[in-house]
Amino acid sequence: MSVQSQAATVRAAEQARPTRRGRLSEGARAERRLGWLLCAPAVIVMIAVTAYPIAYAVYLSLERYNLEIPSAVKFVGLSNYGAVLGSWYWWHALIVTLIITVASVAIELVLGMLLALLMHRTIFGRNTVRTSALIPYGIVTVAAAYSWFFAWTPGTGYLSALTGSSAPLSHTGQAIAVIILAEVWKTTPFMALLLLAGLSLVPEDLQRAAKVDGATAWQRFVRITLPLMKPAILVALLFRTLDAFRIFDNIYILTKGGNSTGSVSILGYDNLFGALNLGIGSAISILIFICVAIIAVLFIKGFGTAAPGTDTGRR
Amino acid sequence: MARPDTGKKVGWGAANTIAVALTLIPVLWIVSLSFKTPAGILDATFWPKQWTWSNYSSILQSSQFIRPLLNSIGIGVIATVIAVLLASMAAYAVARLAFPGKQVLIGMALLIAMFPAISLVTPMFNIERALGLFDTWPGLIIPYVAFGLPLGIYILSAFFREIPWELEKAAKMDGATPFQAFTKVIAPLAAPGMVTTAILVFLFCWNEFLFAISLTSTISARTAPAALAFFSGSSQFTSPTGPISAAAVVITIPIIIFVLFFQRRIVAGLTSGAVKG
Repeated sequence: MSVQSQAATVRAAEQARPTRRGRLSEGARAERRLGWLLCAPAVIVMIAVTAYPIAYAVYLSLERYNLEIPSAVKFVGLSNYGAVLGSWYWWHALIVTLIITVASVAIELVLGMLLALLMHRTIFGRNTVRTSALIPYGIVTVAAAYSWFFAWTPGTGYLSALTGSSAPLSHTGQAIAVIILAEVWKTTPFMALLLLAGLSLVPEDLQRAAKVDGATAWQRFVRITLPLMKPAILVALLFRTLDAFRIFDNIYILTKGGNSTGSVSILGYDNLFGALNLGIGSAISILIFICVAIIAVLFIKGFGTAAPGTDTGRR
Repeated sequence: MARPDTGKKVGWGAANTIAVALTLIPVLWIVSLSFKTPAGILDATFWPKQWTWSNYSSILQSSQFIRPLLNSIGIGVIATVIAVLLASMAAYAVARLAFPGKQVLIGMALLIAMFPAISLVTPMFNIERALGLFDTWPGLIIPYVAFGLPLGIYILSAFFREIPWELEKAAKMDGATPFQAFTKVIAPLAAPGMVTTAILVFLFCWNEFLFAISLTSTISARTAPAALAFFSGSSQFTSPTGPISAAAVVITIPIIIFVLFFQRRIVAGLTSGAVKG
């Protein structure tokens, strides 16, 4: 057999393959190509900004790389991770972050549920409450953080004056409480809106039937409303937990991470712009990424089939 | 149904009032501070005893504020336009077309929505310095587009599923290509969803702080929230409390009005991905 005819056979086989495999018509193949074409720009941007830098961060984290001494760049294996994990700073920042995350998300869930019930059930003024609830959502976090910062500044702030010119931002525990307060104020409405959307899916009939059967308001809430709202609650918790874990703006403005109030994000930032240490900074980046991944996996396991996006994917 | 009795009315009224007051007080406080004189700032009362516009006139004359404000608007608008355009293309494909790799795209978007920005700061800082993007508009626009995309893909694919697709088929029957069906028939129908997405992406860009302080070093690209954190007094003996408050009000009030004006769309957008999923 000549080379040419062999090539022709291969080409023919190649052309035939998709037809045999998926029985793709010309239209289906065009649809496929259009699908890829339409997604390509979004995929390229997302990969360029996240996957590539994170891979680069893995590489940087294995090097001794200080911008102040660029000549001393050297491959050092996992020793940056050893340095971070062996240091009290990392564990302290992680504990502070976890305290802020757990406390603020728990408070937000309770307050958000109350606010959602209020928006759902109130007999008048519903629109006023809904409208005002969007104000903390819309406000720039940094601006809101300054409002809290000045409110607690002795000599300037009304809250500081109300509490006997206290200076909570200069005590670790109290400063963390103020950080949680600022975080809760800013994001409770978001939580409430997500919960409200779930609340409106609970059928009124079911509530009324239970009422006829003599269930108290609390029993109806715990036995009917909460179980039916579980998917909405889990989604709200997932988004807020990951968001709270990444907390940066509020702490940066309120304490700059002073008095041991820094979160892991503040630690990463300080390491880059304070110590100019790219190796250690990248190791911290990777460790934070792993923490977030663990939280996400735990939540998505909890979701089961209710994970966001499963419906989108079915089509 | 029985008319609600007075006790109930008072109860709900009290709850409403508390909820509204709690959302408003911190906003009113920063507004009040922005109108205080330097002496008034040190008296710790909630409302100013003496009102002044001087904080506003000082920041509106300062390039340290005006330039970042223009950066915020420019970067926000450009990033929003690009993100909405790319997201609507991808969301159309997700909602309408059969192609392998769709699940990967959705998974990737979900992953990025959860991505800790701080993990990218250190490598991005180095990459952008090497590419000459550090402290430029594109240096912020590119990450903003990437983080706006997952939001856009989710909201838009939810919106796109609600569109009457028979119209698309009709257009195709009349001889339109799939691409024409997209631009001529579906895009106009999808406009409300795109507006919602644009609002949410713009709010994200306007609010963003970590990239804004990490990937800029001067006012040539620094956005308004980042500039706020670098504010100093007009001399080293005046505290910048008044100007910071005035600047906070300037960057906040238009957004609050904007949010309240579009509140229905925003609520629909925020909750569409979460509940239908």
